[in-house]
Amino acid sequence: MSSSTLFGISTIAYIIAMIIYIAYLAFRKSQIGVAGTTITLAGFVSQTIAILTRWTESYAQWTALTPESTFALSVMRSAPLRNLYESLIFFVWCLILAYLIIEFKYKNRSFGAFVTPVAGIALAFIDVSGMSKEIEPLVPALQSNWLLVHVMMSFISYATFALSFSTGLMYLILKTEKRTESSYMFWTITTGVFIVILVALGLDYLTFSVAIKNPETLIKGYLFKASFFNQSFGISALSWIAALAFVFLVWRYGYVLRKVISSLSISPETLEEITYKSIATGFPIFTLGGLIFGAIWADQAWGVYWSWDPKETWSLITWFVYAFFLHSRLLRGWRGKKVAIVAVVGFVAVIFTYLGVNLLLSGLHAYGSLE
Amino acid sequence: MEEDKNKTVVDKIWDFFASITLAVVLFALIALTSIIGTILEQNAAPEKNIKLLGKLFGDSLAPTLYPIFEKLGFMDMYHSWWFVTLLLLFATNLIICSIDRLPRIWKLIKDPIRPLPEEHFKNVGIKKEFLLKGKTESIKNAFEHAIKKIGFKLLESKGVNGYQLYSEKGNYTRLGVYITHLSILLMLLGAIIGIFFGFKGSINLPEGKTYAMAFVRGKAITNSADEFEMDTILDALQATEGKSASAAKKLGIDEKTFEAKLKRYGVKPLGFSIRCDNFATDYYGGSNMPKEYRSWLTVIKEGKEVMKKSIVVNDPLNYGGITFYQSSYGMVPGAKGIFILKLTSKTGVSEIKKMPFGEKFIIPGTDLEGALADFSPALAFEPTGRPFTSGEQMTNPAVLIAFTEKGKPKYSGWIMKRYPETGRLPEGHIVELIDYWGVEYTGLSVRKDPGVLIVYLGFAAMGIGLFTALFMSHKKLWVRLVDEKNSTRVIIALSANKNRPAFERKVDKMIALLSKSGEGENQ
Ligand code: HEM
Repeated sequence: MSSSTLFGISTIAYIIAMIIYIAYLAFRKSQIGVAGTTITLAGFVSQTIAILTRWTESYAQWTALTPESTFALSVMRSAPLRNLYESLIFFVWCLILAYLIIEFKYKNRSFGAFVTPVAGIALAFIDVSGMSKEIEPLVPALQSNWLLVHVMMSFISYATFALSFSTGLMYLILKTEKRTESSYMFWTITTGVFIVILVALGLDYLTFSVAIKNPETLIKGYLFKASFFNQSFGISALSWIAALAFVFLVWRYGYVLRKVISSLSISPETLEEITYKSIATGFPIFTLGGLIFGAIWADQAWGVYWSWDPKETWSLITWFVYAFFLHSRLLRGWRGKKVAIVAVVGFVAVIFTYLGVNLLLSGLHAYGSLE
Repeated sequence: MEEDKNKTVVDKIWDFFASITLAVVLFALIALTSIIGTILEQNAAPEKNIKLLGKLFGDSLAPTLYPIFEKLGFMDMYHSWWFVTLLLLFATNLIICSIDRLPRIWKLIKDPIRPLPEEHFKNVGIKKEFLLKGKTESIKNAFEHAIKKIGFKLLESKGVNGYQLYSEKGNYTRLGVYITHLSILLMLLGAIIGIFFGFKGSINLPEGKTYAMAFVRGKAITNSADEFEMDTILDALQATEGKSASAAKKLGIDEKTFEAKLKRYGVKPLGFSIRCDNFATDYYGGSNMPKEYRSWLTVIKEGKEVMKKSIVVNDPLNYGGITFYQSSYGMVPGAKGIFILKLTSKTGVSEIKKMPFGEKFIIPGTDLEGALADFSPALAFEPTGRPFTSGEQMTNPAVLIAFTEKGKPKYSGWIMKRYPETGRLPEGHIVELIDYWGVEYTGLSVRKDPGVLIVYLGFAAMGIGLFTALFMSHKKLWVRLVDEKNSTRVIIALSANKNRPAFERKVDKMIALLSKSGEGENQ
């Protein structure tokens, strides 16, 4: 089977798993939970094989183009971490792996409904944006081992941050009681906006999937054109109203989710612990891989280890948010909800570093495209 | 309140800088303000950002906003006074906070662990109590052995009716946080040294040329007097291999004045010369995707070649603290180069020929004569087969060669460097275009940064510090053994400044092993 068929299978598996996990939250039948785990595992196996297949495909291409390259070098240069598409796939793979480890360790399936959507969204985004899936040989600047470990470690840390995002959000849902409470507003609005953006992306996809050639055209020509930026004033006004109404509904009825989660055998303390542990694991990996190895690569390639370009700066912003997280625990009265909010904000910064800089800021000025 | 009154101003300032609240506020401030510089393009032409502001705030507001934002330093914000102040506050915070806490931490590290008074066993976070069969003496030996095995330093005290074993491990891991914080200061220090004692410039070095200086941003040359002055400076530097003292002497001016002129024109003497022997682009197979940009460089000092290296992106050349990076390339305007051809007759005799445009050559051992008739740096073909030049860069260099035999025209054709098969002649002779040399320049970034080593030291310290701070802990273990006739009551207390559950699991495992072996002895 080709790698793209296998990726397709794993995408579908994760989306089905997401639905099953949500059903598990609603009905709390252990058979449903087992089914969710089984399908996630199947998706993971399929994705693993797909990654290895793609690796061998690009290995074959690399050795054909550079017969003089040694075995070890060829393996590294063809590692499937070379563009946005491959890195998103790797991110999802790490996330699912981390999730399965947590599920196994804590014997609890309720995170599934919060982690699989992130995976599903990431994979769906690949198709929506129509990013290039071609295997292409590396341009000279990208032929660096530092870059390889930089990308790999960045995405491992992003996966741990995604995990802490999920558990942090669950913690907030569990711990907030009043609708007027700022933490309650924070999580309902964040979740509401998240879902609205997803739906809007989905509409774009359904409306324009044929027309999109590459992410740049998506951003410049199609992003939210099916909804918020629709040419027809009626549709765009309706979209804004629907979005606001939806966020309002999440705010109004968000406490229902609290009931669902609190009926599961998971304590806020466990959630807090997982949030801290995944950030404490992700932070050094991100610092070393994301910031330091990235700086060393830039130093080797261009002779500047830090140039304040938007991507670097956003990595630094993300880093400061997580440093904030680690230190806010030392502040009096800063356990619990406030810290969980920082964890959620941290992952929003990660998403922006990863996608926002390439997509939104590059739409603002001319530089930067999808690597 | 009461306390505050007794404090001096210095104490108050100290407390301000020693607080984590300030740290957290600074994290937030630096992160939030940094966003501005990722939206507005930094150091860009004003029109660009005015257009951008127009997109964000509307075209009518943009012209008013721009000067305000410019005053606030937003157009080069990471070097603005207020952002640098934030960074300085951050560094001060880090230093004072560490100094403030270090004595206490040092005491925790250095003070040896003491036996735990009996009544304190109740108050320790994690406590275990159970009965083991066997004499206290032998149980003690077993515990001593087991504790040493997990790498703890062991101490022992004898009580009224038994023993207390107490031990600890990882005192020094408490320093992890300080190493992490120190590493940040190292990076900042390295960056500052780089800013004050280093430079970042560039040279566009044509093939075959030697330069003794690099160029940084300087005064724009607008008139012929400036141009003349700059030329004399450059000539003097070239003649003295980039030594400014000798160059100043040569021009008969004092060194200070000369340095000022260098600064004005953005000229950085290297202190040696660098020559580009060749530059070449390599492509993946028959595609137009670049695989490698390579420059062959030679460093010359006191007239001698002291270093030769070919550099590619990601693999620079370093000499005397100055590093040369492959960064761009291009054609030298109006340059006339030399064609290098390899001629191989069908009998296998081969010969390398170097010649300027217009010259002729003879295939060795034959009467076949070739003449260079045309050149294209980027030969391409229209669908009709008509050749044309598709660009100005040397993406597909090719020569048109017209062949004659004893004065009679025979045939002619394009020979492309990247496609050697185009040089196979009907008779079986081979003509290869090795290079059209001397027309391209290699664009080198030139950097001197004496601080970079300190920055790298900071990187290493950060790795070690974070690992220690987040994954290691100072663990303490007290074991009280109380004699109870034929068995021994074991009471264990443990503490760790981090990740207690993991330590507890380890001790549980140890206990399980000990109880098992104890049972074994009894049977
Ligand atoms: C971005 C820069 C910084 C980084 C990456 C950093 C990193 C860390 C890390 C990883 C820890 C351990 C946290 C934990 O155990 O959960 C820590 C603790 C700490 N940091 Fe920072 N830090 C930074 C800046 C600062 C600053 C500016 C201060 C100044 C007040 C500070 C004060 C402290 C203190 C007091 C501790 C606790 C030490 C202890 O537990 O005994 N940090 N830091």
